[in-house]
Amino acid sequence: MNAPVLARVRDPVREGVASGWKVIDASKPGEDLALECDVAIVGTGAGGGMVAEALAQAGISVVMIEEGGLRTSSDFTLREADAYPDLYQESAARKTADKSINILQGRCVGGGTTVNWTSSFRTPAATLDHWVRTYGLSTFTAGALAPWFDTVEKRLSITPWEVAPNPNNDALARGAARLRIPAATIRRNVRGCADLGYCGVGCVLNAKQSMLVTTIPEALGRGATLVTRARAERLVMRGDAVVALEGRGMDASGASPGSRAFTVRARSFVSAAGAIGTPGLLLRSGVPDPQGLVGRRTFVHPTLVSAAIMPDRIDGFAGAPQTVFTDHYLDTLPPSGPIGFKLEAAPIHPILASITLPGHGATHAAFMREFAHLHVLVALLRDGFHPGSTGGTVRLREDGTPLLDYPFSPYVWDGARRAFRAMADLQFAAGAKRVMPIHGRGEAYDDSVQARRAIDAFSLAPLVTPVVSAHVMGGCAIGPDPRRACVTPEGRYHHLSNLHVADGSLFPTSVGSNPQLTIYAVAARIGARLAAQLAPRKASG
Amino acid sequence: MRRRTFLTLGVAGAAALAAAGWFATRRHQPLPVGRALDADATAIVGAIAPAMLDGALPTRAEDRAAALREVVAGVDRAVGGLPDAARHEIGQLFALLALAPARRAFAGVASPWSEASLEEVTAFLDRWQASAWALKRSAYDALHQLVIAAWYGNPRSWPAIGYPGPPRVEGNA
Repeated sequence: MNAPVLARVRDPVREGVASGWKVIDASKPGEDLALECDVAIVGTGAGGGMVAEALAQAGISVVMIEEGGLRTSSDFTLREADAYPDLYQESAARKTADKSINILQGRCVGGGTTVNWTSSFRTPAATLDHWVRTYGLSTFTAGALAPWFDTVEKRLSITPWEVAPNPNNDALARGAARLRIPAATIRRNVRGCADLGYCGVGCVLNAKQSMLVTTIPEALGRGATLVTRARAERLVMRGDAVVALEGRGMDASGASPGSRAFTVRARSFVSAAGAIGTPGLLLRSGVPDPQGLVGRRTFVHPTLVSAAIMPDRIDGFAGAPQTVFTDHYLDTLPPSGPIGFKLEAAPIHPILASITLPGHGATHAAFMREFAHLHVLVALLRDGFHPGSTGGTVRLREDGTPLLDYPFSPYVWDGARRAFRAMADLQFAAGAKRVMPIHGRGEAYDDSVQARRAIDAFSLAPLVTPVVSAHVMGGCAIGPDPRRACVTPEGRYHHLSNLHVADGSLFPTSVGSNPQLTIYAVAARIGARLAAQLAPRKASG
Repeated sequence: MRRRTFLTLGVAGAAALAAAGWFATRRHQPLPVGRALDADATAIVGAIAPAMLDGALPTRAEDRAAALREVVAGVDRAVGGLPDAARHEIGQLFALLALAPARRAFAGVASPWSEASLEEVTAFLDRWQASAWALKRSAYDALHQLVIAAWYGNPRSWPAIGYPGPPRVEGNA
């Protein structure tokens, strides 16, 4: 099998920069930067991108601050060894405080949307119901959000994926069918996708409709400014208002702050730095927080992994990474009951697979020799809906960088055990020769009975049971009551007049599905409201 | 708190030993020192990698030596790309492992790293992976992730696992 050869596509982002878009790389030597605008936005991911576009289209001047670099389709090599250090937080090795969860988060222009696997789900009805009833979010009904979903789905070409699933996803569909549980097709934000399977290392065809190729170019084309490789360090407040954002350009490595300082003065500020970055910025800034809510109740969809060896080649690196899912183990449990989980397939690339497979030496090497036959399922636990799942807390290290402390409860571990069982059953039903629930030293099992017996006896614990997360949510929860929430339902920080939050940190629980589309819709609504609020003042003043 | 104190003592101890010039004698040619890993850390990675990747590295001596050099260089690059806090913690781990008394008592490795046998290092990895102490398990995970990613990110590892490599884009190297 040979790797395909692709024709290089047009790079509209590079062309835009060449045409005079205002893009400043703050890691380059130069004078300190002093910028002024109507709205400063921290972060260029799903939230920041949507808000930037809404504001720029309303004629409002915008400065976007991004800690990662501007990397475009011309830069992407499709190699994990290049992509992880370049496009991900902490080289894709970001960890929780006790190192028990490995967090995949984007850090580049476009944020997570540049490197995500394109899975697009509207917020599940059970989640919205819970938010309305428990958190008083009366504007978060399916009906109230529908126009925003319609708008962003059209904007980002979110449509059902009509191409046949790759063998890795097909195994999920086949296993579910044999177990008689419902599985369905995942919608994706792509246009002209060639089904390569390399979404996670940057789309080389500009087919993925990430913020990098949609809203950010739109904002830049309308005169917005983008400052890259710039870490937002603190919001400067006077009275109940933020007057400036201060920070520093990164050093040449891009990993640590350098010496070039920047200040952005603006009428309004939007934090869209993600559910670790936003609480981090707010905590560093010492924003008023009488109830101590900032950074609390942070959720991650704790994700368990199960690897199977299939009789035929799977080539899980090729083909759209996530196209089939089952919510059977969510829909058959009430959110207030035992923790439910969503099952999806996960793309299988050499680094991601090899660091996920436990053990060393002969055991590890033997499994890696089956690389082309590996089929991998992931179970995303729906955390935050039950008193047994209160999530984690973002706090600051001595150097001011944010750190998520996420303790596990017996309630969450119970879900992990049921998830391992469900994945093993499904993989054997799909024809797996052996199944290795990713746990402990990585024992593999030959049949469902053997696997179940072993899983029932697993001693589940941090750093014994590897847990991953690609979805960090919460920590700056939205809600009408300032005693229980940080941000108003309209997106403004309760205790400051001109600070907004527009990212995954807003959610009062986890979403219960891949969150990008929920973030897009909620951020688009916040952005439109902010644009309406600022544009008339701009015209009259 | 215990962990911080312990690791900090490790760093202080390592510095004192380095100042005294008390280096382990090396049976093999030392690996080239990178930017993020010092000579001690380089020797440790050079000793751990053959055990971590036993059964995965090429068997021909010169291929194996080249692969090992590239793994160590890959770990060096990876550590160099981590943020300060993570790099500092990795540095503390290597400083501790470099300290002969800590290596013997804490890691249970009697020989200096550059002389430790494959069996000795494998036994160390086995113990730390299964340790009752979460700190050792997290250290194992860090070594696992660094060494294994450095190898399987390297195209040299791909033929043996049936990976054809990513699509090539015209105009790219």
